[in-house]
Amino acid sequence: MSGHSTYEPKYAAERWLDKRLPIVRFGVDFMGFPSPRNLNYWYAFGGILTLCLMAQIITGIILAMHYTPDVDLAFDSIQRIKRDVPFGWLLQPMHAVGASMFFLAVYIHMFRGMFYGSYKNPRELLWIIGCLIYLAMMATGFLGYTLPWGQMSFWGATVITGFFGAIPVVGESLQQWLLGGYSIGNPTLQRFFSLHYLLPFIICALVGLHVWAVHHVGQNNPIGIEPKSKSDTLPFHPFYTMKDAFAIAVFLLIFALFVFYLPDALGHADNYQRANPLVTPPHIVPEWYFLPFYAILRAVPDKLMGIMLMFGAIGVLFVLPWLDTAKVRSMRFRPITRWFFIIFLVMGFILGWCGANSPDDIAIPIGEHGMSFKWLSRIATLYYFAYFFPILPIMGWIEKTKPLPESITKAVLSGDA
Amino acid sequence: MLKSISKTFAAIAVISTSLFAGSMVAQAAGGGEHIEVQDWGFKGPFGTYDRDAMARGYQVYKEVCSSCHALEHLSFRHLGDKGGPFYDAEYPNPNDNPVVKAFAKDWTVERIDQESGDVIDDTAIPADKFPDVFPNAIAAAASNGGAVPPDLSIIIQARTGGADYLYALLTGYESDENHDGVYHNSAFPGGAIKMAPPLSDDLVEYADGTKATTEQMAHDVVEFLAWSGDPKMEVRKKVGFATFLFLFIFALLLFMTYKEVWKDVEH
Repeated sequence: MSGHSTYEPKYAAERWLDKRLPIVRFGVDFMGFPSPRNLNYWYAFGGILTLCLMAQIITGIILAMHYTPDVDLAFDSIQRIKRDVPFGWLLQPMHAVGASMFFLAVYIHMFRGMFYGSYKNPRELLWIIGCLIYLAMMATGFLGYTLPWGQMSFWGATVITGFFGAIPVVGESLQQWLLGGYSIGNPTLQRFFSLHYLLPFIICALVGLHVWAVHHVGQNNPIGIEPKSKSDTLPFHPFYTMKDAFAIAVFLLIFALFVFYLPDALGHADNYQRANPLVTPPHIVPEWYFLPFYAILRAVPDKLMGIMLMFGAIGVLFVLPWLDTAKVRSMRFRPITRWFFIIFLVMGFILGWCGANSPDDIAIPIGEHGMSFKWLSRIATLYYFAYFFPILPIMGWIEKTKPLPESITKAVLSGDA
Repeated sequence: MLKSISKTFAAIAVISTSLFAGSMVAQAAGGGEHIEVQDWGFKGPFGTYDRDAMARGYQVYKEVCSSCHALEHLSFRHLGDKGGPFYDAEYPNPNDNPVVKAFAKDWTVERIDQESGDVIDDTAIPADKFPDVFPNAIAAAASNGGAVPPDLSIIIQARTGGADYLYALLTGYESDENHDGVYHNSAFPGGAIKMAPPLSDDLVEYADGTKATTEQMAHDVVEFLAWSGDPKMEVRKKVGFATFLFLFIFALLLFMTYKEVWKDVEH
């Protein structure tokens, strides 16, 4: 932990405990963690994500008590949870909607990190651990979506596990090993359930490392300069606990809107149909949070190439700290790169839009035949990768950044932070 | 200046998110066939099911639909659950509800005879599930020209367009002309459906005197199936409203606490 401890045990019992197990000291120092005084609401998503993880684990553990991982019983057991299990009607949508809320929050958290340059020295490892959490979340989300054993569960899993089959030489045997057979069946569902239960605890461990790392290097902030004096920071508690608590309450309002009034809005009607290996749905689409990557996958005609691009799109995030060559962290002081970032964000949404549609449908009616989603996704994919290379490294070298404030305190007092 | 940039950033994020969500909803609603949106009482944040319509809808299901379509996820006792079509406050345990008991008696279920171990037919009790119509999907397809009649208990959730789609489907036949058992239906994707027009005027006789037009029966059975697909909707919306009220006041108090804690800090 950064800074030296401010904890002074007042009573004999506290001193006794502190000498043997300084757990109270740890808690006090943890909560008193000096945080930059200019953090805005975008910085509340760390707390929001912790809440999401806890909510998913608690609702998930209870749902697992009533769920049956068997191809003949899984679909019915979800219905039974919603109809007959006490408060199952509340827990099931909380868990399903909770996954979407978790991803919504993690995307905002990641874009915030990208905008304010939170991945830069000395926070590279913090960023990489975050990417690992995101990767584990994607795996957990995918595995969880298989469990209700509806049509989209089954066919989504068929498409995704099919990726592994495209790997040269070992692909086919790897795929069979993962599925526990030649195609998706009961062994697949049972291992997916087991792994879906395991991964959140790995995420917990990674979150522990993530929080440890942020406490060691300190939080970045919207102007991206390090705190220099005591007046640049505030103790995390009560200042940011209160600010985060308010943000969490607002986030919960959005969460509640979906859970109580739109529980099916983020899902797909086909998943209310029992999985049927003999009937392929007309459009197989993943959950909304995978749509941009799905669009990248389908942007190229070659299957293996598509898979490499899709994994590359996530992989490139891991090397982002070294691709961005700029010394200045925050996009606030990068007048041109900022716009490249905003276009990157828009392209992300366009990719999501492409992922939700059939590649050959017309996206934009321009020219003689209009532009299909396939071509739109190709343009967006190209930009996605171009942003990381060469735009970021080149802009880092050539861009003339705006002058940085002297300190966080000065920036705050002049109204610029 | 810097503040305005961060505001622009926020505005872009919010606008693009809503555009994205909007396109998703449009995506979900689009199906090609014309589906008219109906004014259902169960829509909206305070929407509730129409109990009389549900009860009539059960009659339509029993007398018409149930010859081919099952209600896989429903037991008879569900009919007498709080919020169900035949709930009676006098019988908090739906298994005691005489109306539900009488309904269950209309059906035959298979049981294992406790002495001989043979499979025997028996009248149903409220705790029984609605029995399957066909022993398996192959038998179902063989009796229906190759098309398997889908389960109806979650049909509203399982179809894009939900209640509006089902109503449009049931009222979407122009005639009972068919080519080799294939009928034209203006709501069904592709327009060619193997289900013969199930409803016609005065097909059932309602006990409450309501005139049983095709539209009325379609409306009633959709109301019943909407409940069967989402039986906890009313309690969910009620708890949702209380949650909203609580969270709103809680957020307000937290905001005031936050402002109080920060009042001596310039930021």
